[in-house]
Amino acid sequence: MRTIQADEITKAVRNLCMHSNRYCPEDVKKALAAGAAEEEAPTAKEVFRQLMENIDLAAKTGVPLCQDTGLAVLFVELGQDAHVQGSLHDALNEGVRQGYKDGFLRKSACDPFTRKNTGDNTPAVIHYDIVPGDKIHIALMAKGGGSENMSRVTMLAPSDGWAGVKKFVLTRVAEARSNPCPPIIIGVGMGGTFDYSAKLAKKAMLRKLDDINPDPDLAAKEKELLELVNRLGIGPMGLGGKTTCLAVKMLVTPCHIASLPLAVNIQCHSARHEEVII
Amino acid sequence: MAQYELTAPISDEDARKLRSGDVVFLSGTIYTARDAAHKKLCDLLDEGKPLPMELQGAVIYYVGPTPPPPGYVIGAAGPTTSYRMDAFAPRLHSLGVKASIGKGIRNEAVKQSLKDHGAVYFGATGGAGALLGTCIKEAEVIAFPEMGPEALRRLRVEKLPLLVINDSVGGELYVQPNLEAVGL
Repeated sequence: MRTIQADEITKAVRNLCMHSNRYCPEDVKKALAAGAAEEEAPTAKEVFRQLMENIDLAAKTGVPLCQDTGLAVLFVELGQDAHVQGSLHDALNEGVRQGYKDGFLRKSACDPFTRKNTGDNTPAVIHYDIVPGDKIHIALMAKGGGSENMSRVTMLAPSDGWAGVKKFVLTRVAEARSNPCPPIIIGVGMGGTFDYSAKLAKKAMLRKLDDINPDPDLAAKEKELLELVNRLGIGPMGLGGKTTCLAVKMLVTPCHIASLPLAVNIQCHSARHEEVII
Repeated sequence: MAQYELTAPISDEDARKLRSGDVVFLSGTIYTARDAAHKKLCDLLDEGKPLPMELQGAVIYYVGPTPPPPGYVIGAAGPTTSYRMDAFAPRLHSLGVKASIGKGIRNEAVKQSLKDHGAVYFGATGGAGALLGTCIKEAEVIAFPEMGPEALRRLRVEKLPLLVINDSVGGELYVQPNLEAVGL
């Protein structure tokens, strides 16, 4: 049994919040550069130019990439041989509280009825998994509201199959148009239950954009969906162009014989997530 | 497609000459308001109370900025998604608001109100918050400070880069998705 101090977890989460909101991940930068090279329309080119300049400016000045610094979503994998001295849950939320305050990040958490801001961007949305080992793996996603609002969960009939999945994803993107700040990233969660499919869709977006799904069938499906979505021609910021989507990432798990749960989580181009292992 | 440098508040004539696709570099005084602030403004109107701002020729920027780091007047300040303000925009246009700045599609009622009142809808690049923040030279909370990032602010901007998305004659810059290309 290895002991990890709660303070150490708080510090790590604070740093994840502050760093992820200022530094665009390298895989996202590469995907944006590839998209920019594809476009011919002047408006699409200008959007990419502004996005690249924004990324450079944020890294240089420390001003966040986007004013929507997100609700903090944490995926925590706790090694079963690790023991946290103190409250893990409190330590994670304290890290978010400190990171958003000390990092001059926007506090975007509010009561759903009164709309009163909680003032410190907590509570974070935290998903826990117990895994082998004696370490803690924490992935933080600073998830913006505009793209999250365009996401949906549905319960397809099993007979809808892959054709039904494609139709639902394409319809969702077509309806969202310019709202979620394209070029977007799409997380698709299939299987499990109503709730679990949504978690998988979000978790899928922790993958690097340029990784290739180890399952060849899923790799082909991700590629097919990406090509189809980009045929919609919505383009950067919805102004038309070849790059509506940078990547489609899928996570799939078995489901009930009666069901085909499907979740489509949409992420804007400012895909801010980082991970740490303690 | 033309390129203009305009100063806010903007005149009826300036708003009406703009066409979707035009590039506008906007300077002058504008106001920030998201949906919660819009609701408060409309509540004040319902109660017959004065508003904290002049609506004639006003430009409203749909933005909830990050707090200013030391030495800055504002942090990141890019546009939020505009449809959440659709319920309020026509009323404000009828009272003199000449433009809004946001990102994302508007409903038919808003597009009609742009035609009825000679107003426009500007798009700014979503997710370019650090860059757009550099165009903001002064920022002051003038109402609803308890709402934090959603407070109503007065901004002085210099050459804020905008695109005319919807104009006062029914033009729209956003493309329709090509449903046929994917068999929908």
